[in-house]
Amino acid sequence: MMSNSNGNLRVDLKLIADMVAPGSRVLDVGCGDGSLLAWLGKHKGVDGRGIELSMAGVTAAVSHGLSVIQGDADTDLHDYPAGAFDYVVLSQTLQATYAPKTVLNSMLRIGRHAIVSFPNFGHWRVRWDMLIKGRMPVTDTLVYDWYETPNIHFCTILDFLALCSDLGVRVERAIPLDHDGQVMTCPGGRFAANFFAAQGLFLLSRG
Amino acid sequence: MNASEPPGLSSQRDPLGYTVELGGDRPIRLDCGTDLGPITVAYQTYGTLNQDRSNVILICHALTGDHYVADPHPITGKPGWWIDLVGPGRVFDTDRYFLICSNVLGGCMGTTGPKDINPATGQPWALTFPVITIGDMVEVQARLLDFLGIEQVFCVVGGSMGGMLALEWAASFPDRVFSAIPIATAARHSAQNIAFNEVGRQAIIADPDWCGGDYMAQGKLPHRGLAVARMAAHITYLSETALHRKFGRNLQGREGFSYGFEADFQVESYLRHQGSTFVERFDANSYFYITRAMDYFDLAAENGGVLANAFAGTKTRFCVISFTSDWLFPTSESRAVVHALNAVAANVSFVEIQSDKGHDAFLLDEPVMHATLTGFLDGAAEHRGLPRKVAKP
Repeated sequence: MMSNSNGNLRVDLKLIADMVAPGSRVLDVGCGDGSLLAWLGKHKGVDGRGIELSMAGVTAAVSHGLSVIQGDADTDLHDYPAGAFDYVVLSQTLQATYAPKTVLNSMLRIGRHAIVSFPNFGHWRVRWDMLIKGRMPVTDTLVYDWYETPNIHFCTILDFLALCSDLGVRVERAIPLDHDGQVMTCPGGRFAANFFAAQGLFLLSRG
Repeated sequence: MNASEPPGLSSQRDPLGYTVELGGDRPIRLDCGTDLGPITVAYQTYGTLNQDRSNVILICHALTGDHYVADPHPITGKPGWWIDLVGPGRVFDTDRYFLICSNVLGGCMGTTGPKDINPATGQPWALTFPVITIGDMVEVQARLLDFLGIEQVFCVVGGSMGGMLALEWAASFPDRVFSAIPIATAARHSAQNIAFNEVGRQAIIADPDWCGGDYMAQGKLPHRGLAVARMAAHITYLSETALHRKFGRNLQGREGFSYGFEADFQVESYLRHQGSTFVERFDANSYFYITRAMDYFDLAAENGGVLANAFAGTKTRFCVISFTSDWLFPTSESRAVVHALNAVAANVSFVEIQSDKGHDAFLLDEPVMHATLTGFLDGAAEHRGLPRKVAKP
């Protein structure tokens, strides 16, 4: 199996893995080379499936015995029947989808839970770049220049929480993360998190 | 060898394969309504069947393929069509799996088809042979597995028409298929592909030596018509890039144009060669029947017009594979299968492999396909409880 299945899961993926109940059914949307799925299969007995856009990622995952299809969040979620999964994971991909609201709805139609992480556009470094420097932000979590970024739908943590509220989605857990994907403590609640967190990680369920 | 054991189950292999007569007690009820039987089925095996008969991989050949997967073809002497994938430690690891491939119903390499004698008349069946379907071919394969005492196959795999058989297997006998690998295929034959098949059939019909299908009784062979059919079909198996890379506009053994209609270009010479060697090994009427079976194939239509219905409740693990340059069975066809499988929350992997070799890529040296197949089979084997790959010193 791939090296990552043996323990060293990326920090942010490990946080996601910790949210998943053993023996559950998981769909990882944008699963890359399948590191998370491999880890969940090995350590939590999860029945995992993946969707990945890049062919290199798909072939790496399938070659390691994982059930992964080539596709993307915008086009391939609507096929699945309601309640097909216990968790649908979308890690660092929401901002790159064409229709984030539809994607979020689909995730919570086909999964009992959704686990979503994304770079927080409300982070102070982003605000600094925009407000003081007058430039599009390029940070450790937003690494692309404006002319080559795949990210087309940025949001802040507050924006995301507002969308969840509009959709009647219950936020079970909201975890602010720093640039390295480490959990932050943000005294001051969601407004502080919206200012200081580089990323947000959310466990959602249907309201 | 155990005398009571069916042929092919012993480790003493016969490179020419085996034959068995099936359906003598219970004829095969074909989709066209005709009862056919007894029939002969020719098949080949590789590897060793394990104690609980759980390590079987059923390999399904394509339109003009046969069961000589990894043995020299008895007529042409050419190596088996998937020889690179079969053997100890290879993709279809004969140290771990027991491989079975049978010549399809309607074929001309030993399984009953139109060139065989109709016992009722003492004459070759020719066009009196009943029209067959992909479902009929699968039914015959199921009878073969019954005969061999195999309840469930670990995997059914095939490319092109072989992929159609794999899909039909998964839809018709879901409990008998642990995993399925349809490669470069579709759940229905497209209008374009029916059109190509019709061109091939009309080329054969246009040959006076076809004799309305009765050429065997009249001691003739429609070799020109069959060769043209093969030439036209062969183009569809390649890609423009592959053809251009191989031949370009190169001339064949000459400095300039002949200003005539000889095979001036290498590509012409190549196609003529493909056509003329094909007629040595393939029967024109088999070509009729098997292309027709492909034309009729439409898994959705068989299931109320909804492809997902064909796989409702399936527990089979699927690995769907397509190739970027395949315009005969383009990726969109594989994607339709994947979408249908997703709709029933089936366990499915899907890989579109980057290749400029066209439809035939599944028969060629494609390392990514090999890695995908190996990885998928390893994963499935783990779930099936088959032993891990034997580490070679």
